[in-house]
Amino acid sequence: MNHPTEEQLILHYYSEAEGRFQLEQHLSGCDTCRTVYESVQRTLDGMDALSVPDPEPGYEARLWARLEPVLPTRHRFFFAPAWRWAAVSAAFASLLMVAFLAGRYSRPAPAPVALSAQPREQALQIAIGDHLERSQVMLTELANASAAGPLDISFEQERAADLLDENRLYRQSASSAGDTIVAGVLDDLERILLEIEHAPARISPADLDELRLRLRAEGILFKLRVLDSNGQNQTEPNRKPL
Amino acid sequence: MELAERALVAKARSGNAEAFHALVDRHSRGLFRLAFRMTGNQPDAEDVVQESFLRAYRQLHKFDERASFGTWLYRIAVNCALDLVRSRKRRGEQQPVEESADDPVRSAPSREPAPDRLAMSGQLRERVAEAMNELSAAERAAFVLRHFDGMRIEEVSRVLGCQPGAAKHSIFRAVQKLRRALEPMVGTAR
Repeated sequence: MNHPTEEQLILHYYSEAEGRFQLEQHLSGCDTCRTVYESVQRTLDGMDALSVPDPEPGYEARLWARLEPVLPTRHRFFFAPAWRWAAVSAAFASLLMVAFLAGRYSRPAPAPVALSAQPREQALQIAIGDHLERSQVMLTELANASAAGPLDISFEQERAADLLDENRLYRQSASSAGDTIVAGVLDDLERILLEIEHAPARISPADLDELRLRLRAEGILFKLRVLDSNGQNQTEPNRKPL
Repeated sequence: MELAERALVAKARSGNAEAFHALVDRHSRGLFRLAFRMTGNQPDAEDVVQESFLRAYRQLHKFDERASFGTWLYRIAVNCALDLVRSRKRRGEQQPVEESADDPVRSAPSREPAPDRLAMSGQLRERVAEAMNELSAAERAAFVLRHFDGMRIEEVSRVLGCQPGAAKHSIFRAVQKLRRALEPMVGTAR
């Protein structure tokens, strides 16, 4: 047998190498390869120093307590896509009607309304900021990908599909809030995400170049960056939105 | 996918929150371990787990019931963790490394003098964490799934949504980088 490559030795460590018996025989007779294998072994055994703390008892209950409140409200919305937009439209129509009637038959809204609207707006800005950042990361990676042959973008397509779901909601929220700049950028982003989602899972280098040109021509990355940094200036990052 | 899990997924898809609760109970600790190894600290790992279940719930209608729910969930968690790690790197933030009380290197019985051994294990742990931070997000994900979760390369590629060849190369690159970074230390540790 020829000297195994480092890759073969790594696979051997994980018991995934072909010709395991021949490899072992070779290692027992070849000092050079055995030295390399022992080094691989030492390194990978040493990785066990990276231990993971066990979450404290009751972790599952704590997690569920944070998750549960958001699930029922999203439930019907996410499981019945056919009704999604009908439900959203009906909700918006009711809100508009309530707003119209409130304006028509009551005095101007007192301060508490303005106060309660502010945190909601801020929460939306944080959520949109997070969404813009994740979109930027995905598009930048795609724009910087290098490929001599066909490139598998199924991973990015899956992320684009996730982002699309969120994007539609945020675009609608921005439109209804009258924020035409954000809504416009999200609209541009939606078209790009749709294109990526519906592209073939393996794209040629020429298709990749075309996509890059498209991203550049639309200036989408620039717009996202500007919008994201504007958002960051207005809000403090705040995790755990649940 | 085992029968009980299949039934839970079907119920959760039709809107049964209790069934989803059972799925959260089943998978949360496994997801936490994966997230911790990807992010390097407990608060971020908990955020990743929380976000993963939320995304999973939102996307249950897209889940192909013939596939493994666990693999699908891992895939979502890896994506969440990658998003977090990448955004940290983009902002130039250091990945926080957490001290762990149940460090096996620290707690293993030894014949060597305790202070020396503690110092060495602490240094090794620190160096391992640093070396992990040097990996690209894809290398780190592939390596964690292969090395710590014991997935075969074929399964790693399914979780990462890439070809087995690509997963294999990410693992090779990760091991090569780790070897370069750790060899001086693990070579003298014995």
